[in-house]
Amino acid sequence: MQEGMGFTPQLTASSIAQILWLIPAVPMVASGVIALLKQPARKLASTLAIGSLAVSLLLALVAFGHVLSGWSHGFSVRETVNFVWLPMGTGTVDLGWVLDPLSAVMLVMVTLVGLLIFIYSTGYMAHDENYTRFFCFLSLFAGAMLGVVIANSLLLLFMNWEIVGLTSYLLIGFWYQKPSAAAAAKKAFITTRVGDIFFLLGIVWLFAQTGTLLFYNHGGGALEPDGISAMLAGKAAMGLSAATAIGLLIFAGAAGKSGQLPLHVWLPDAMEGPTPVSALIHAATMVAAGVYLVARVYPLMAAGGTLSQGGAVAGSTTTALTVVTWVGASTAVFAALIAVAQNDIKRILAYSTVSQLGYMMAGLGMGGVAVGMFHLITHAFFKALLFMGAGSVIHGCHEEQDIRRMGGLRTEMPVTFATYAIGMLALSGFPLLFSGFWSKDAILASAHDWHSGRGPFYLLVFGALLTAFYMTRQVCYVFFGEYRGHGHAHESPRVMTAPLRILALFAIGLGIVGTPAWPWFQAFLEDHPAALEFARFNEPGFWPLIATSTLVVFLGLGLGWWFYGNKSPRAEEADAVERVAPTVWGWLRDRLYVDELYGVTVVAFYAWWARVADWLDRRVWGGIVAAVTTAFRGLAHFDRFFDQQFVDGGFDKGCEEIYTGGGLLARVQTGRVQHYLRLLAVAVVVLAAILIWSSPR
Amino acid sequence: MSAVFWILAALTVLGGLAAVTLKNTVHCALAVTVAFAGLALLYLQLDAQFAGFAQILVYIGAVAILVVFAILLTRGSETPKQGIFSRSWFTGMTIAAGVFAVLGWAVIQSSQVLPDETVAPSVTVNQIGNALLGRYVLPLEIVALLLTAALVGAVIVAMHEKGESK
Amino acid sequence: MTPLGGYLLVAALLFAIGLAGALTRRNAILVLIGIELMLNAANLNLIAFWRYSPHPELLTGMMFAVFSIAVAAAEAAVGLGLVISIYRHTRTTDLDEMNRMKG
Repeated sequence: MQEGMGFTPQLTASSIAQILWLIPAVPMVASGVIALLKQPARKLASTLAIGSLAVSLLLALVAFGHVLSGWSHGFSVRETVNFVWLPMGTGTVDLGWVLDPLSAVMLVMVTLVGLLIFIYSTGYMAHDENYTRFFCFLSLFAGAMLGVVIANSLLLLFMNWEIVGLTSYLLIGFWYQKPSAAAAAKKAFITTRVGDIFFLLGIVWLFAQTGTLLFYNHGGGALEPDGISAMLAGKAAMGLSAATAIGLLIFAGAAGKSGQLPLHVWLPDAMEGPTPVSALIHAATMVAAGVYLVARVYPLMAAGGTLSQGGAVAGSTTTALTVVTWVGASTAVFAALIAVAQNDIKRILAYSTVSQLGYMMAGLGMGGVAVGMFHLITHAFFKALLFMGAGSVIHGCHEEQDIRRMGGLRTEMPVTFATYAIGMLALSGFPLLFSGFWSKDAILASAHDWHSGRGPFYLLVFGALLTAFYMTRQVCYVFFGEYRGHGHAHESPRVMTAPLRILALFAIGLGIVGTPAWPWFQAFLEDHPAALEFARFNEPGFWPLIATSTLVVFLGLGLGWWFYGNKSPRAEEADAVERVAPTVWGWLRDRLYVDELYGVTVVAFYAWWARVADWLDRRVWGGIVAAVTTAFRGLAHFDRFFDQQFVDGGFDKGCEEIYTGGGLLARVQTGRVQHYLRLLAVAVVVLAAILIWSSPR
Repeated sequence: MSAVFWILAALTVLGGLAAVTLKNTVHCALAVTVAFAGLALLYLQLDAQFAGFAQILVYIGAVAILVVFAILLTRGSETPKQGIFSRSWFTGMTIAAGVFAVLGWAVIQSSQVLPDETVAPSVTVNQIGNALLGRYVLPLEIVALLLTAALVGAVIVAMHEKGESK
Repeated sequence: MTPLGGYLLVAALLFAIGLAGALTRRNAILVLIGIELMLNAANLNLIAFWRYSPHPELLTGMMFAVFSIAVAAAEAAVGLGLVISIYRHTRTTDLDEMNRMKG
């Protein structure tokens, strides 16, 4: 828990914090405006989208600068702006946004990478007729993602989370006429939904335990000491505290969004979307949202644990973080294994993303916020670079995506090759020069020193080996050997290669801010001053670790070159590794049968349940309705019978009787005077008799 | 009950019976005149001289003549083909008998309370005149009005038809 | 039977005879005759009661009877006029045939 070396809360937010809400709002408004445009207004649509994100980037840079200046002067910045959203009886539901180092860093990354990908898309999607719709969705996504980043309230975060999921669905299924794309979009949405249900449960439970959904609220937030102790006090099943349970539930939501082990199945299929979408959403930002969420609620995940060496936010020991670590480590290896045997250029990258997300989660679990976030930031840049490079390759090979039909593009597409190679080396963790090395090494370091054992460490090392191997395999297939595709490959236009160059620079340069010698990034996030400490290099265990990871990387690269080198196997031939171990290759190529497992269990159950529900609906409810209908009709018949026989009949009979009676009575009126006279006389007689009888004698 | 009473009573009743049973209408008119006369004599016997003479003057002198005139004007002297009694004569007889039974029974029942003999009243014309124009002046005037109306009405009823049938 | 009772019985008998005639004869004029008989019977009743009343000097009964005679005369005139008028219309005085007012 952060104590003492916490952030000094500002009572009034600075001006940049006050207008922080503009950062997500401007792209969202741009999205709305684009939605109203007609399809031919392509230039206007892309200009609006890029312009709005540029504005957001500017504001993000200002915010980052503000936090940076505060940090460099020694006091930390955590400014929140909260407002009442929903008054409920005696309490309220508040929303708000926060500006602190974590959100500032994410803001800059999302807006920068997003802007580069937007510019890239204008070239990639130039021939697509739904250009306008594409930018509308992209803008909406950007706005929602930025909303997730700055949210200070779990509810606001969840709302933006859902919009992000929606736009992901819309963009994966962008070419909706393709059945595979539509199915992939549905799969993505439903799988992340499973995670989101647990997330929502976590939110509700958190609200019940602490009474607020805000993270930071001048002492009253859920992540501040009072809130945390309230959650620790609550009890859940199996001897866990409520804090652990809530943390695990929230992690379930993050696992869905970030494609961790049981819920990873949607990410590879999401490659049905256009490549810019894959680059932006499924490499750099949306899938990182899960990691960001865990980083955001880290005080909750680490609640109740003892501090490991290194200080407050690094490596606490709690059940929640242990679960996160093991899930992350297993995902890393699992996905890396599958990536080895894939043949679609984007699918390899997709599994690679899943694997790297596993690394990030493991890093969060073992090393704390800074370790995980550093890898997230570096990964965003080089993965986006790799995806955009893959897009360039696909574009250059006339929409071909199978790596067995590419090859020799080193000479045809030099810029793409150079930037792609930089990205691949960064991903593999090539020592010292590339950012990926430093970020992955930080994770390995924290895994090496983890209190609960070395299991994850070995897994992660094996994963690094595999990463190097499959990336080498991919590069060999695509860029080396001879060209096996159709037509003639050509380099992509400037508008597509320029972002590649910029990202390549970042892929190299970002490593500098995270080296142990100058741990600027960690210091920035953890709020302590950073100094250039070459003494770090002499800490025990430092050089062995660097040696281990270097060895592993070179081993992977070497193996990859040895198997694949300059050879160019055709699509029909067996893969080099396949010849060595065909059964294992078969399993890996079939993605370790996870989808099939789901198909047999979950999907089959669901289909069965749908049949049951249909039967229930038709037979039982339908039967009830039919019975009620029949009863009513019977009642109607009876009613009519009753009405006709008794009411009508009775009434008619009555009228007839009256008529007859009238006829009878009319017979008295004979028209003959003497008869009337008789009646008079009779009446007189009767009256007289009565009078006489009744008179007293 | 003196013998005169019985004779007069018999005369009146027989005259009435004859009036309702004779076939010839003129004979009926004459019989009813005899009944009127009998009644007049009964009035005289009851010391109601004014009423008796008024009876003779009005009934015998006017009503009976009227009846005869009417009979003559309507050819009532001709015997109708179906007979003189109506189709349902028995009902009429029964009813009349019933009426008589009731009335007679009432009379006989109350014969104990009827006064027996009283002093014969002496009624002078002077008294009657005084009474008529004193105590009973209103009925007198109204009767005068009534008679006028009846006169006018009878003339109108009888005259219009005369005009149309011409 | 007291004298008064006798007179009353005679009047009753005469009344019944007149009623019988009014109810059973066909000819309209004979019905009127029957009515006259009934009126006369009533007059007899009145005179008889006057004669045997405690205060005959009041002349109540006699006056009543005299007025009754006057009214009867008027009524006979009008009635006979009506009969003549009907005779002119229907050419008959048979009451059995006069049922145009039949209900």
